[in-house]
Amino acid sequence: MSDHADIHQSASSETTGQEYLVFTLAAQEYGIDILKVQEIRGYDAQTVTRIANVPSFVKGVTNLRGVIVPIVDMRIKFNLDNVEYDHQTVVVILNLKSRVVGIVVDGVSDVLMLQKSQISAAPQFGTAFATEYLTGIGTVGERMLILVDIEKLMTSEEMALVEAAAVA
Amino acid sequence: MSAGVDLSQFFDTFFDEADELLTDMEQLLLNLDVDDPDIDQLNGIFRAAHSIKGGAGTFGCFEMLADTTHLLENLLDYIRRNEMVLRKDMIDIFLHTKDVLTDQVAAYRNQQEPSREAYERICAQLRELAAERHGGVASQPASAAPAAVPASPAPQPAASPATVAASVAELPLKVQIVRINEKDIQALADEMALMGEVLHKEQGTDTLTLWLKTSTPADDIAAVCCFIVNEDQVSVIAEALPTIGAADSAVAAAAPASSEGAGAQGDTPVPASDSAVTSSTTETAAETSSPQAATPPPPPKPKPKPAASSAGNAAGGGSSTIRVGVEKVDQIINLVGELVITQAMLVQTASTLDPVVHDRLLNGIEQLDRNARDLQEAVMSIRMVPMDYVFSRFPRVVREAAARMGKRITLVTQGAATELDKSLIERIIDPLTHLVRNSIDHGVETPERRQEVGKNPEGVITMTAQHHGGQIVIEVRDDGAGLNRDRILKKAMQQGFPVNESTPDEEIWPLIFAPGFSTAEKVTEISGRGVGMDVVRRNIQGMGGHIQIFSKAGEGSTIRIVLPLTLAILDGMSVRVGEETFILPLSNVTESLQPTTEQIRAISESERVLQVRGDYLPLVALHEIFDVQEAEKELTRAIAVILQVQDVRFALMVDHLIGQHQVVVKNLEANYRKIPGVSAATILGDGSVALIVDVFALMQTSQNQRLATV
Repeated sequence: MSDHADIHQSASSETTGQEYLVFTLAAQEYGIDILKVQEIRGYDAQTVTRIANVPSFVKGVTNLRGVIVPIVDMRIKFNLDNVEYDHQTVVVILNLKSRVVGIVVDGVSDVLMLQKSQISAAPQFGTAFATEYLTGIGTVGERMLILVDIEKLMTSEEMALVEAAAVA
Repeated sequence: MSAGVDLSQFFDTFFDEADELLTDMEQLLLNLDVDDPDIDQLNGIFRAAHSIKGGAGTFGCFEMLADTTHLLENLLDYIRRNEMVLRKDMIDIFLHTKDVLTDQVAAYRNQQEPSREAYERICAQLRELAAERHGGVASQPASAAPAAVPASPAPQPAASPATVAASVAELPLKVQIVRINEKDIQALADEMALMGEVLHKEQGTDTLTLWLKTSTPADDIAAVCCFIVNEDQVSVIAEALPTIGAADSAVAAAAPASSEGAGAQGDTPVPASDSAVTSSTTETAAETSSPQAATPPPPPKPKPKPAASSAGNAAGGGSSTIRVGVEKVDQIINLVGELVITQAMLVQTASTLDPVVHDRLLNGIEQLDRNARDLQEAVMSIRMVPMDYVFSRFPRVVREAAARMGKRITLVTQGAATELDKSLIERIIDPLTHLVRNSIDHGVETPERRQEVGKNPEGVITMTAQHHGGQIVIEVRDDGAGLNRDRILKKAMQQGFPVNESTPDEEIWPLIFAPGFSTAEKVTEISGRGVGMDVVRRNIQGMGGHIQIFSKAGEGSTIRIVLPLTLAILDGMSVRVGEETFILPLSNVTESLQPTTEQIRAISESERVLQVRGDYLPLVALHEIFDVQEAEKELTRAIAVILQVQDVRFALMVDHLIGQHQVVVKNLEANYRKIPGVSAATILGDGSVALIVDVFALMQTSQNQRLATV
């Protein structure tokens, strides 16, 4: 897996492209830097322990091979209407600044290589994510990907995932 | 270690070793009797300084460290060889030097340049001391007095190896090797025969003594022996044969002199070199033959020495140990924790199988269960560190604080072998230091005062550690005046605490832990600022422990700290509320019962108390705190678990008790953040996560009826 990523990494540095993991929230596709992704798992409500007195988008914590990992439902966080848990619902486990965090999304569709030329500046109008967490808009054929700086987003104060002191 | 190897990979080892050596050095310095210094201790201090210098010199990039240790080493060498008389102020300067060295090591470890100012100041002090000795020698010019003799190596270092060889030609070398096994005796004897002519051989069961006529220098012979034995087992000195020596009275004098390494034979023809040749151990021989002047050591010498001396230290330490990073140990602990969980899962699954059909499988699983637990215990013990690690730094603390306060205090430590988890060991040092300083400052009286009340003018502070169940009890006890009830009471009333004249002692003493509370009449350098005890208690509570005070006027006070042995494993009671499982620390659980209607009294709309054998305990419902749906709302159908934190008891309402078991404590903050009311998490047998209830926070809830939310 890591070898695989390395090869692509070196290839991408030649072509100044980057690989993105594409996931969906409602009808919209989002892309995050694949190097931040540790693994993808199905969502099993049984294994997530609820935590009291936390924002509703924090589903709880789960046991990932002995490591306690918080699980955040992006759909609740961004007020999407259809929050259902079915066999397509997946958890993307992210590895950010030595922290491991899982995000619940509607599905993972693709891994795409985007060249610099395919990425345009982030729009100023509202998406689910505040503009400051977006790195741009990627275009692949007919598809439009919103590229998210997932690290910045997940460690932001707004997500309340890290202690206030650690944010700075 | 060939050229081109990146030395930096050895830095950490060197730093760790240097830290250890410095700690040893401090210990030895503190134990040193100024009036009659023990030669072994002096040698030990010298060797520590020498090893650090050698190591620093080898890497070549720790200049200040090398220079400082070099000066220190020289001074120690003079003292060791009776050329200087040890004084108390010297020990103080040496202790100070040790501090500077510790700082230097820390700075180099952090890849910073150490404070040049501190370095220059301490070097100047050391040079000043060294100058005293030179001055003393100058005023007493070569008067054939023993003290003057060893001064000569300094001006003529180049001459010394030659004289060594010369002296060797005159006297045979006595090679004595102790504590060897029989097969090595023969090997060593053969080896020695290759080095020169064996004049005489004495052989004991585990000792070998040879008189060797050879032109090979003493160091080289020792180096050869070191291939087979450790260097502290070997001594090579120039000494006449025993048969000849019996006739020659001069030899009788030479033997004791050589054993002291003093080289006092002023009238023998080899005075300049005798310090080198007659030193008792080869290591000292190797050392003293290097120039004594304050110039850097010659390049070929230091290289082999650090390795040899560190090997010697390792062997001298007695037990063989390996140095392993804490993170590796933690990884093993994590993995074993996983294994235990997997094993629990297997047990759970297997419990549904027919025991007759699956007899062998079930037996195997049972055995796995035992093995896994043994393994877990063994692994946990790796993290355990003896309390000696903590206690050993207190002689220094006491010595300095007592001197500053003009008090005379002896420190007694008991139970230094008691083991405690490393992470706790590190965190207990600061609170303990504070408590000890407090005892010195407020507890123990001045010598005059003590005499007035008929006590030994020398106060005693006792530090003890012992295991008590699954906990460790650490006490700091002094035989001073005890806490001053009136003063605490007066102060407490001034500050508006709800106390009065009739409040019992047990409720008065804990007031000193209240923030901003200090009874010291004047603020001293050491304590009395009223921030300390509060922090001490918070630290102890942060470690899952608690603190108690016992005091008797005129007899002294005792502060007792009770801590869990480890933070990594917890004896827990699992309870069920609605569909959720929580873990309560078993050490806080005193009993559980099903309340009856008569036992429950409502104080106000939201507050209720539970009457248990005459006591009214505040009632806290776990489902309210953690907002659990579908929990048992009817109190008489729920279970009340009586929890105790410090001296506060309260009842926690849960739906069911599931059982008691050891759980592996998993940090929530690693990937998430602190959750109010939850101290940590653990993984249950089915692989799911359960939260461990922070009983201390609950207690505050029970007192405030409100949980601090996010």
